[in-house]
Formats: sequence, structure tokens, C-alpha cells
Amino acid sequence: MSVHRVMGLETEYGVLAPAMPGANATMLSAQVINAYAATIREARGRIAGTHWDYTDETPLNDARGFVQPRAQADPSQLTDVEPELDAEQVALAGGDVTIGSTLYDAGEYDHEVLMNMVLGNGARLYVDHAHPEYSSPETTNPFDAVLWDQAGDHVALAAVRRIESLAGLPDVHLYKNNTDNKSVSYGAHENYLMPRSVPFDSITAGLIPFFATRQVICASGRVGRGMLGSHPGFQVSQRADFFEAQIGLETTIRRPIINTRDEPHAHWEKYRRLHVIIGDANLGQVSTLLRTGTTALVLSMIEAGTAPELELRDPVAALQAISHDPTLKTKVELADGRRLTALEIQWIYARAAAEHSGATDATDEATVEIQRRWEETLQLLETDIMAAASTVDWVAKYKLMTSYAQRHGLDFSDPRIAAMDLQWADIRPEKGLYHRLAARGLMETLYSPEQIARAALNPPTDTRAYFRGRVLSQYPEHVVAASWDSVSFTVPGARRLERIATLEPLRGTKALVGDLLDQQLSIHEFIATLRS
Amino acid sequence: MTQEQHSGQRREEAQAQETEQEVTAAAGQDAGVDDLLDEIDGVLERNAEEFVRGFVQKGGQ
Repeated sequence: MSVHRVMGLETEYGVLAPAMPGANATMLSAQVINAYAATIREARGRIAGTHWDYTDETPLNDARGFVQPRAQADPSQLTDVEPELDAEQVALAGGDVTIGSTLYDAGEYDHEVLMNMVLGNGARLYVDHAHPEYSSPETTNPFDAVLWDQAGDHVALAAVRRIESLAGLPDVHLYKNNTDNKSVSYGAHENYLMPRSVPFDSITAGLIPFFATRQVICASGRVGRGMLGSHPGFQVSQRADFFEAQIGLETTIRRPIINTRDEPHAHWEKYRRLHVIIGDANLGQVSTLLRTGTTALVLSMIEAGTAPELELRDPVAALQAISHDPTLKTKVELADGRRLTALEIQWIYARAAAEHSGATDATDEATVEIQRRWEETLQLLETDIMAAASTVDWVAKYKLMTSYAQRHGLDFSDPRIAAMDLQWADIRPEKGLYHRLAARGLMETLYSPEQIARAALNPPTDTRAYFRGRVLSQYPEHVVAASWDSVSFTVPGARRLERIATLEPLRGTKALVGDLLDQQLSIHEFIATLRS
Repeated sequence: MTQEQHSGQRREEAQAQETEQEVTAAAGQDAGVDDLLDEIDGVLERNAEEFVRGFVQKGGQ
């Protein structure tokens, strides 16, 4: 029982080019990837790992034990094929035939247009549908998950700056949020490695009440209600109104509280990768820590069979009712007839976690800190919600908006409040309202900008991301493709690619391959040693 | 959803609205908040309505 397990976070950024309304979102996203590639090329001379190896992608495998027929899948579910930016899309971009050359200045991008990169820190940066996405490297605990998630914002900002610096190209802005408030939502997914032996039913039962209520300690807040945001008012979560089902395979339509995609990116018989799609993207470091840390604790209880036995009568309605009440007084009904607030349900989980940690002697520093922060946050929210503003993103946003509305005599239907909601998530420090609060010391941070910048270039040392990141940096001319569970090398004189499988997330670590990499072997020697 | 649950949800929403007003009244009384709000005024997009209208995203996960 602890918070330690393999985990990683994904962020799909909102993308906007204000000077080019209607610009094709896939084009803009590709521009972001290529701008970051240009910064790496400039610093290192060349980039590596621009092809994703789709061999082990199985987005239609369902954890409930079946495979969705390809013909029945929504096109957006087919994430196991390379996205293409074809002439048609270029032509569609704003209906302007010159827009391709407008976005891709020949001098800057005289290479192929990239849709995918694997980074030296082990992350993946790519075009996911119509958004640039950063998928963090695998980490082993919530603290590292926060650091390498923040590194993604650093990477995204570097791309934005690169585009700003190029004369003649329109600026591109990126937003770490989850909705445009006009019916569209995009995700911030979490991934947690679990033993396959844990029955999926127990995961579902243990997690649904937790996920319906977790938002009160870590969601990001939203102005407007309903998918269209057409009903006025502030709500706790960005994502709640976009969920329609308890359980399912889809991530873009009929979104489920529990996603059943069974794509472990690791040994299938040993592991499952729990793919969590219900969370909000967080700018705040502590909110990210609470989101991943408390979830890790609940997963440990589920694995041990000690998770609280709660059942909501209508989980989707409860999720939304809780989100719609920023006073946190709303009670939701359990299957046994009890009516509890989200905070009361979170306390049940938090107390069970404390008890279980005690019983299993989980006294490591990280676990103790997550438990302490969880309980402190619940206490604050119970006694004085606004007192949690320095750590809980939705409270920070709500407090800022409330103050602003009072000063100007506005209500929450005013466009200025809606603008604040969007601008909260602008990743530029000079424009993003989260960043303005943080610069004043009003948001608690766990990592300095220097630490985050280092994590943008360097992988975690204790997972296979270390191997992936190091070989990309050390053998850029030889790494032709990579994925979560493989790296493919081209070796001069060899007829075929050398594909090194990395199916064990906790191998490929510094302890196991650091010395080998430090020897600076030739690619022949390096591959031969790996194969021996 | 049954009729009973429907009315339950409405009751919850009405209750939520009342209490939201209480919270709103209690917020925004920090020292130094004026200074911060001055800054926010300077940082906010000049034409809020146009900015909000123009913020259109394509589907995602």
C-alpha cells in the first residue's frame, strides 16, 4: 500500500491562432510539433525518433474481454495508424491555398512535416486528432508525474516561443484546458500500471464513486454549464458535463467514467494500463499531485481488496450535480439510500487509505505526504473553501473570478468572466492567469522552473523511459522509430532494423543500462551488447 | 431517470444556487487583492467577447 506505481500523464492542448480564425487545427498542431523539432535541431544538429511504432497499439481491445469490430468504431478511436497531413487538409486550412506555405516557412521547415516526435526525456509529442499532445514519460510516483507533466508545459511553451520569433508566421497560443465551451472537449488522461490479476469489475466498483467525487480536490473549474456552456454559473470541473456513461471503450464520444481500453503497452499477461479519461488538466502542481496521488492510493486499496464499498445510485448524474455546486453542499444518493456530499465520500476513501497504509506499514515519505495533503485539503474545503485557493485549481480560479466580478459589478454570464476562464489556461507566463497568480506566490509550487526545464530534456531514471530518452539523445542518427514498448535502430551494414522491445516498464533504468550508455559505444557495439 | 430522482436533482440545484451566493459574498476580501486585480485588468484580452467567440476547438479525446 503506497503511492508508488508506474504512471504517466497526457495533455491535449487547446490550440488557437488568433490572427487566422478558422485555421485548420491539425495544421496548427503540426506546426507546434515542428517548431519544437526546430528548437531541438538547432541545439543538437539533428533530431531522432520521429516515427511512432504502432505495432503494439490495440485501441479497440476492451478490458471486459472483447474486441470492438473496426467497422463499428468511431474514426477517432483508430489511434493505431499514422495520422496524415495530406494535400486535402492543407487546402482545407482556412480555405486558403497559400496557407500551407504561410504556416511552414521553407527556411524553417525544409524537412518533412512531422506529426510525431519522441523526446529526449522519454515523452511523446505528437498531433492527436486536432490538438498537439504531450504524453509524459513513465514515472514511478505522483511527485515525478507532476514534474514530467510540468515539463510538457515547458516543451509546449518553447514551441510557442519559436513560432513567435519567426517573422511572417502568425502566433499560435496553447491552452492547458479541456473545453472550448462550445460543445468540444479534449482530454488530460492518466495512466496507471496495474497487475492484470486484479478483476476489472473490482476496479470499476472501487473507482466510480471516487472518480465522481475526486473533482472537489483537484478539478480546474469552468464557467458555464452543459456541454455548450449555455447555462450560466461556475462549476467545479471542466470535464463533468461531457460524460454520459459509467463504463465504455470510447474516449471521444459517449465518454465513460471508466474507460475500458485494454492496451497495456507492456507484457499483456502481467499488466493492465488503467487509462483514466475523467480528470481535468491542471496548471497547478499541487492539484496534479492530489489527482495522481489519491488515485494511486485508491488503486492500492482496490488491489488489496480493502477499497470502501460504496455505490452511487446514478454516478453520471452525481458527477454533474457535484460539479455544478461550488459550495460543495450537494448530497448525492447511494444505492443503499444514504445521501452524502462529495467531501463525505472523499473522507470515506481517505480514512480507508490511512487505515490500509497503517495496516500494511506504508510509511514512506511520499505516501505519508499524499495522505496528509489529502486530509488537509478535505478539512480546508469543509471549513473554508476559499482557504484552499493556493493548492486547489478550481478554488483558485473561482476566487479570482469572484473578486474580479465584485470589483466590476459583473455576474458570471459576463464575457469577461468567460474570457478569464479560457485565459486561466494560457501557458504563456505573461498572459496565463494561473501563471500570474503563481508569479505572485499565490499558488503553491513543488518544483522550480529550473527543475522543470531539466525534466524537459532528461528522462526519469527509474523506468524504461530512461533507455528511450538516453538512446534518442545519444544515437539520434540511428533511432528510426520508438513507442512505449520498443525502440528501433538502424545499424550501418545491417539489412533490417534492430527492434529492441521494452515490455517491462521497470527495466531500462539508469541502474540497469546507465553504465552501458556512459561507455559511449559505437552503435554496433551497443546493439551487440544489448543483444548479448 | 425516475420522476423522484428528477425532482431530487432540481432540489439539489436550487439549494446549490442559494449557497453559491453565500460563497460569492464571502470571497475576494484579501489584502493585496486590488493590486492583483489591477494586473489582471492589464493582462486580459482586450475584446473579451470576440476572444471567447473565436475560441473554437475541434474534437478531442
